Amino acid sequence: MSSPLLRVRNLRVEFALRGGQTLRAVDDLSFDVQPGETLGIVGESGCGKSTLARAILRLTPIHSGSLEFDGKRYEQLTPRQMQPTRRAMRLVFQDPLASLNPRWTIRDAVREPLEIFEPAMSRRERDSEVERWLDRVGLGAGYLARYPHELSGGQNQRVSIARALIGGPRLVICDESVSALDVSIQAQILNLLADLQRETGIALLFISHDLSVVRHISRSLLVMYLGRMVEYGAAADTFANPRHPYTRTLLDAVPIADPARERARRLATGPTVGEVKGEAGSTMHSLSGCSYRPRCRSATALCKITTPALQHGVACHHALTPSL
Amino acid sequence: MSELSSALQRNAAELRGESLWRAALGRFSANRAAMGGLILLAMITAFALFAPLLSPHDMETNDWERIQIAPTLEQNHWFGTDANGRDLFVRVAAGARVSLAIGLITTIVSVLIGVVYGAIAGYVGGRTDQIMMRIVDVLYALPLFFAIIILVTIFGRNIFLVFAAIGAVEWLTIARIVRGQTLSAKQMEYVEAAKSMGAPTRRIIFRHIVPNVVGPVIVFATLLVPTVILVESFLSFLGLGVQEPSTSWGLLISQGTSSLDTAPWLLVIPAAFLAATMYAFNFIGDGLRDALDPKDDA
Amino acid sequence: MSREALLSVEDLSVEFKTRRGRVAAVRSVTFELAAGQCLGIVGESGSGKSQTCFAIAGLLPQSARTGGQIRFKGRELLGASRADFDRIRGREIGFIFQDPMTSLTPHRTVGAQLCEMLQHHESISGAAARQRAIEIMDRVQIPDAEARFSMYPFELSGGMRQRVVIATALILRPALVIADEPTTALDVTVQAEVLRTLRAVVAHAGTALILVTHDLGVVAGSCDEVAVMYAGRIVERAATDTLFRDPQHPYTRALLDCRPTLEQEAGSRLQTIEGVPPSPSSMEVPGCEFAARCPVVMPVCTTARPPLTQRRPGHAAACHQEQSA
Repeated sequence: MSSPLLRVRNLRVEFALRGGQTLRAVDDLSFDVQPGETLGIVGESGCGKSTLARAILRLTPIHSGSLEFDGKRYEQLTPRQMQPTRRAMRLVFQDPLASLNPRWTIRDAVREPLEIFEPAMSRRERDSEVERWLDRVGLGAGYLARYPHELSGGQNQRVSIARALIGGPRLVICDESVSALDVSIQAQILNLLADLQRETGIALLFISHDLSVVRHISRSLLVMYLGRMVEYGAAADTFANPRHPYTRTLLDAVPIADPARERARRLATGPTVGEVKGEAGSTMHSLSGCSYRPRCRSATALCKITTPALQHGVACHHALTPSL
Repeated sequence: MSELSSALQRNAAELRGESLWRAALGRFSANRAAMGGLILLAMITAFALFAPLLSPHDMETNDWERIQIAPTLEQNHWFGTDANGRDLFVRVAAGARVSLAIGLITTIVSVLIGVVYGAIAGYVGGRTDQIMMRIVDVLYALPLFFAIIILVTIFGRNIFLVFAAIGAVEWLTIARIVRGQTLSAKQMEYVEAAKSMGAPTRRIIFRHIVPNVVGPVIVFATLLVPTVILVESFLSFLGLGVQEPSTSWGLLISQGTSSLDTAPWLLVIPAAFLAATMYAFNFIGDGLRDALDPKDDA
Repeated sequence: MSREALLSVEDLSVEFKTRRGRVAAVRSVTFELAAGQCLGIVGESGSGKSQTCFAIAGLLPQSARTGGQIRFKGRELLGASRADFDRIRGREIGFIFQDPMTSLTPHRTVGAQLCEMLQHHESISGAAARQRAIEIMDRVQIPDAEARFSMYPFELSGGMRQRVVIATALILRPALVIADEPTTALDVTVQAEVLRTLRAVVAHAGTALILVTHDLGVVAGSCDEVAVMYAGRIVERAATDTLFRDPQHPYTRALLDCRPTLEQEAGSRLQTIEGVPPSPSSMEVPGCEFAARCPVVMPVCTTARPPLTQRRPGHAAACHQEQSA
């Protein structure tokens, strides 16, 4: 197995809250991203996935843990030392419009990485690179002089992707990058990402709450809940045989666009009307033991006492056996 | 909510995009009061610049035969003369040049200082921000006129002193505005995007933050100019500002008040010009605020 | 038509006048809703689905120009005064917005907001209002309703807040509830629960429901009938089962196909719809609005607009193509 491109070990990100408490937004995360592969990170609000993305890029301070890119540790580097890593690791945001400076043209936006990473390049060279990349994401030269508010969400997201790929990164982090798009546009962007990945060999860290999308695009999968990893492994396996109760719940909750099967599934999972188990508590009041306990159908006394560690890719005392 | 903005299916012909500034300009020019103010200001400026060419008189010559005559066409004393027989028309124009210059230059300098100061304080944050803003608070507490009187006492009467004194106070408010705007601009995703690329702080402040916070500053600055002119007028009225042989509207008004019953035009005309300029700037300022506040565009 | 429809929308159009010209959010929409029925309206951005609902509930801004008819319980709604709409809304038509954070007042307790809703329309005592409020909070599956009665919106989770919003919409027992993307802002596990609750409560009370969403999956589980909107018009309407089993309009088919599902092979290329949806500010075209993106477009499609015609009883589509098996 080739050495991983990105190696995260025991990452912990904490925020201090008023009243002296700490919020553990990311709690002891360890995973690898192989070159050229896609790791999907899935979880709901409050799970810490966005904080994780920012921590990896060192946009948020890390409490403890190690970050290694291409064999080199970078969690302690100075901003100047970080530059090559920043060039190699880029980010595509969720809100296509908000991630582009409204007073800059599209050309300005896509050119910026080159201005930072290649100060010696001539303006003409930079402009031609910008045109090349805009073309590769499916936008013609006519968009160069336009402004973000004149483009649709899908078009702006293409611009963001061009901006993330110009300069030749090795890893691109997509933080809910298709969540704000219409379904038909989402499909276009997902195809575009797949094409570009094939052409450039970049690795993708794809963060989303949408399981169908994550499944479509990921080779490996990491499921997060309240800052912790609950399941980690090959995506195909995990989707076929989810072992953690939360993963199972997530999968059951995905709406199926087929009325007959949706009805069948509802019958199979039983009536939960009258049995709302409460929603994700906050990570402030850290519960003893497993944090999924209040919502878990399989919870026992053991779950209250000991926090399950990640073993064989699942963090659960009662990991589900493959269902039939 | 369905999108009602952004055109989608334009063909890819090379089109110049409509920047937010252009859109604002469109809104501004549609605002009648604002355009009216702009035209009025243009007329006053034209008057200030070209009056000496139109009139045969200059501002200093004493025409002892025509002391304090009312506005008349005879001898081209269109605004009349003052107690020393000097033509008011050219004097008002001269006063306009001084007052407008002080207003504009002081405001521009205040804006430059205020924007840079506020953006740095807001963006860097933390300790630096605290210290910088405490300095602003302390300076804010100093009463303007006391400061000017002290300065005048020390350095003597000097027109540049007037610039300096007013500018020294006005940049404070601008710094506060900009700092506030920067605090929210800092949270914007495009700033985060720039940071993720490792853009240096200087670049982020001047190329990302400042262009996006400058809107309210422009509005404030436009409304600041008449305030400056008014302060200058007041100072000159008190005898602390512009000195003879130069003149300003404030000085003219001061001189005009003493002969109010005998030669009212000496007060009324410069005061009318001052008032008109204030109105013009206020309408322009209002128009700019409406134009730069992009809450329509449905 | 065997029974009088509760809601009858005919040739509804909604236009806005803006600096850039006319924006036609809804071009022509016709449908009916019987009492107790659940209709799902599906569409992407710019399809006009939300504006259609705003028109029914009287929530359009002053600058909107409407045309056509909206008959509710035999009464014409378009052109009704603001006062009339205030009375109808809440009492007879409930509305659920997408974002619970902004549709609930942050500085009042949820109980107070529910009671306010009640007491605005009915003259009952504070105690009786409180009683009713707690009852409905129970019915929408809010645990510990009595305790949560005195809580503020920020103290509740997203799903809980949305349940409060549902309670607010239902407390006066309206005949019709319109839910505009009620679960889009919620986590997927919460979404499933909230939809289940909404469906149950509405069925129990015999209330008609219009559920607006961009997610076909949501509709599959919750609605009896579905209308698909594109560019301000309804392009297909059918019973849910029928629509999914046998979609007649190319857009519906494309929409169903382009979604990654948990069943298909991972990594396979997704079907897409070329191009982008037309914006409401684009000019009215003579033919079908979907022609520019349609995979089976014919010459007639760009010159003549296909009307919404019945293919089979209860299944209508607006397409020139002959129905396919």
